[in-house]
Amino acid sequence: MSTETIATIWAGLIAFAVLAYVMLDGFDLGVGILFAAERGSTDRDTMVNSIAPMWDGNETWLVLGGGGLFGVFPLAYSIILPALYPTILGMLFGLIFRGVAFELRFRARTAIGRRLWDLSFFGGSTVAALCQGLTLGGLLQGIHVVGGQYAGGWFDWLTPFTALCGVAVVAGYAWLGACWLVWRTENSLQNRARRQARVLGWVMLGLIVAVSLWTPFLNPMFEKRWFNWPGILLTSPVPLLVAGLVVLFHWGIERRHHLTPFLCALAIFVLCFAGLGISFFPLMVPPDITIWQAAAPRASQLFVLVGASVLIPLILAYSGFSYWVFRGKVQPGAHYH
Amino acid sequence: MIDAFHLARVQFGFTVAFHITFPAFSIGLASYLMVLEGMWLRTGNQVYLDLFKYWIKIFSIGFAMGVVSGLVMSYQFGTNWSQYSAKAGPVIGPVMAYEVLTAFFLEAGFLGVMLFGMERVGRKLHMFATCMVAGGTFLSAFWILSVNSWMQTPAGFSVGADGRMFPTDYWQVVFNPSVFVRVPHMVLASYLIVAFIVGSVGAYHLLCGRATPAVRTMFSMAMWMAAIVAPLQIAMGDIHGLNTLEHQPMKIAAMEGDFDPSGPDGAPLILFGLPNMTDERTDYKIEIPHASSLILTHTWSGRVPGLKQVPPADRPYAPVVFWTFRAMVGIGFLMFGLGLFSLLARWRGRLFSNRWLHRAALVMGPAPIMAMLCGWMTTEIGRQPYTVYGVLRTADSISPIALPGIATSLAVFAVVYFTVFGAGLMVMLRLMAKPPSTGESGLDPNLPIRSAGIHPGLAGAVPPGTGAASPLPAE
Ligand code: HDD
Ligand code: HEM
Ligand code: HEM
Repeated sequence: MSTETIATIWAGLIAFAVLAYVMLDGFDLGVGILFAAERGSTDRDTMVNSIAPMWDGNETWLVLGGGGLFGVFPLAYSIILPALYPTILGMLFGLIFRGVAFELRFRARTAIGRRLWDLSFFGGSTVAALCQGLTLGGLLQGIHVVGGQYAGGWFDWLTPFTALCGVAVVAGYAWLGACWLVWRTENSLQNRARRQARVLGWVMLGLIVAVSLWTPFLNPMFEKRWFNWPGILLTSPVPLLVAGLVVLFHWGIERRHHLTPFLCALAIFVLCFAGLGISFFPLMVPPDITIWQAAAPRASQLFVLVGASVLIPLILAYSGFSYWVFRGKVQPGAHYH
Repeated sequence: MIDAFHLARVQFGFTVAFHITFPAFSIGLASYLMVLEGMWLRTGNQVYLDLFKYWIKIFSIGFAMGVVSGLVMSYQFGTNWSQYSAKAGPVIGPVMAYEVLTAFFLEAGFLGVMLFGMERVGRKLHMFATCMVAGGTFLSAFWILSVNSWMQTPAGFSVGADGRMFPTDYWQVVFNPSVFVRVPHMVLASYLIVAFIVGSVGAYHLLCGRATPAVRTMFSMAMWMAAIVAPLQIAMGDIHGLNTLEHQPMKIAAMEGDFDPSGPDGAPLILFGLPNMTDERTDYKIEIPHASSLILTHTWSGRVPGLKQVPPADRPYAPVVFWTFRAMVGIGFLMFGLGLFSLLARWRGRLFSNRWLHRAALVMGPAPIMAMLCGWMTTEIGRQPYTVYGVLRTADSISPIALPGIATSLAVFAVVYFTVFGAGLMVMLRLMAKPPSTGESGLDPNLPIRSAGIHPGLAGAVPPGTGAASPLPAE
């Protein structure tokens, strides 16, 4: 295999890890964001219990995305992290509050303590989602690099476009979370989640359209990709498929299906991600560093690729097993319990 | 002195010191839980199950804090040490990727089953999940220590014209010259940490007059571990010192407080003193003739290095290293002493009645954590002024981030870590203050154990094909 091919495979694998993270921790964080709309303490417990056994595994995809970047695209890692320092740290702080709240909200002895941990669960989830959106936006709009190092200012990442991305990710995760709850809960909690999912579905559609219309104008290359022949052959199906899935989603909601809305939401996330991939390829750090420039030497890439080709299927198998063990509707008293 | 560079170092040291405390506890406790569950399955004795359920609640909190503080670490390399990441990333990044692929996913994938799955899967499968979590923590320690050891004793790479490093032989990178001493020393440290915390909790309840079978069992188990592992750790430390002498002589010189390399008469061991970097000597020292040669070379007059062998800019800051090293060794011998004390009491049949033993075990609870942190400070500060020993200087590893950025984030880290992890620690202590009860419940303190198993989704409410309504495996 040529060095270029290996680097391309790796870019694909990292993209896969990030996508897996967004889909899996996306609904976890979404459940946290939806705490804002849920007052009842039993229902809150049920919401947390529905994700308690998997959140750690879901978050590990983020470690793989970051760790993989460090291992196989060290140049990209060493540029992106300083450039987006505040948003990355914001995300980490959010995840700290969220992760610790899982364990501690059930152990609070006073009503105030419980409130505070609920707040930290909600706040941590929301901040983490917002910062992930800001990070995505900051990367899309491009990073100023001189001599292989970040050369921009402290607040370069903060623009109207990144703000829009931040809001979009928060709304998108909340939507995934609502669809998850439709699938995994029952009765009044499920009904409320269904109503939330319906509204958030429309909000999301608006935000997706807004971000998609804006992105091509950030970088002439993105624009060429999307609107010129032959790129348009590849790009035009994406909006069409999204439209189809939106219809299917609302049909599922109206027919009170449990699983269809969640699957449609996940598929729409996959399509949006594919759209980003079409814009990006072969860039690693817009506007000008490509996958091949950012890649580590061949020996480093090959060393991990050998292991990854065995280990990633294995990971998918036992993670799937763990989801299987905790299948079915979540009872109010389950787990923590 | 207060510049972005130093604050970035403080920030890394602060976050990693917090982080390492949780994993060290998790590595040891996961193994202990594995032993408890195994004993329960073999003997059917309720006491082991009670202890398992008692400690797993504490484990789950420590583990969560380890995970979130570790997530911060994996991004710190890029945020604070971007030049280091760009240059050394090609060599050690892949090793860390293996840590994620083999260890983190394994732990996380089976953690849910271990914590919440007791009533959902069969006993054998649950035991398997516990073993996978314990194995995952161990693998994780291996990989990250391999990375750290490579930074101490780099091997298997070459340096390109632009300062970037290239792997030439991954076998040598992973199994570099100091990984074989660092991994056992750290794993033994985690076992000691857990032994002393379990012993301390047991002693506390014994002192409060709650000598239930569970309390006795855990105290006795912990004291066996202390008596066996503390001497092993001292022996391992000796081997570690020999390895460091071979590969990082200046670190040894700083640990020993030796400025002049030893002459033909061998080197004395400086027990105490104040290393003085400006005047290049150790003040007020109390020495034992020949002892340093004896310890480090196992001969009467062996040669021992001194800091003056290299220019001042290449020397680690001895005053800190000298004292942290002594604190670690001192605590190590104190722990050995407690192990001996417990053996004596056990032999006299007074293990559960000697109050002095219990008092000593109670106060010694946090001691191994102190020893571990002191050990890490010795290792890391003794490696200065390099991040990759002899190859890449710390000053050339830093990110292009300005002082206000680092200062703000450091302040936020301090506030968040102390409040969040402080709260977690309080909850752990509160759980430890209650003795294990018979028929100990699962993770929830408020509800009785459910013997009825779980309730699968209502078949009618679930669309076909989701599999949610299938029956559970029988216990
Ligand atoms: C994989 C690498 C790695 C690992 C496992 C550790 N360290 Fe480290 N440490 C570094 C990699 C590193 C580093 C990136 O190389 C630093 C940052 C600046 C430096 O010189 O080394 C560092 C610095 C550093 C400092 C500041 C030293 C100074 O600047 O004078 C302290 C106090 C520690 N570490 C403490 C620890 C502790 C308590 C650890 C326990 C887990 C630990 N380190 C593990
Ligand atoms: C500075 C270096 C380090 C980095 C970058 C780092 C990174 C991480 C990360 C990202 C996690 C979370 C993984 C998850 O989501 O499950 C983690 C957890 C863990 N780390 Fe570290 N780590 C460092 C130092 C160490 C050391 C020195 C050890 C052991 C000797 C260690 C052992 C563990 C273990 C066992 C866990 C599992 C969680 C737990 O047990 O609490 N780490 N680490
Ligand atoms: C009592 C005798 C002991 C001796 C002679 C000893 C010796 C050493 C030496 C020589 C180092 C290496 C510094 C370096 O080269 O990088 C070290 C590091 C360390 N020690 Fe000890 N040690 C002892 C006890 C302990 C105890 C009781 C603990 C903890 C419970 C401990 C935990 C550590 C840790 C965590 C490190 C840093 C990691 C590493 O480099 O392995 N040590 N010790």
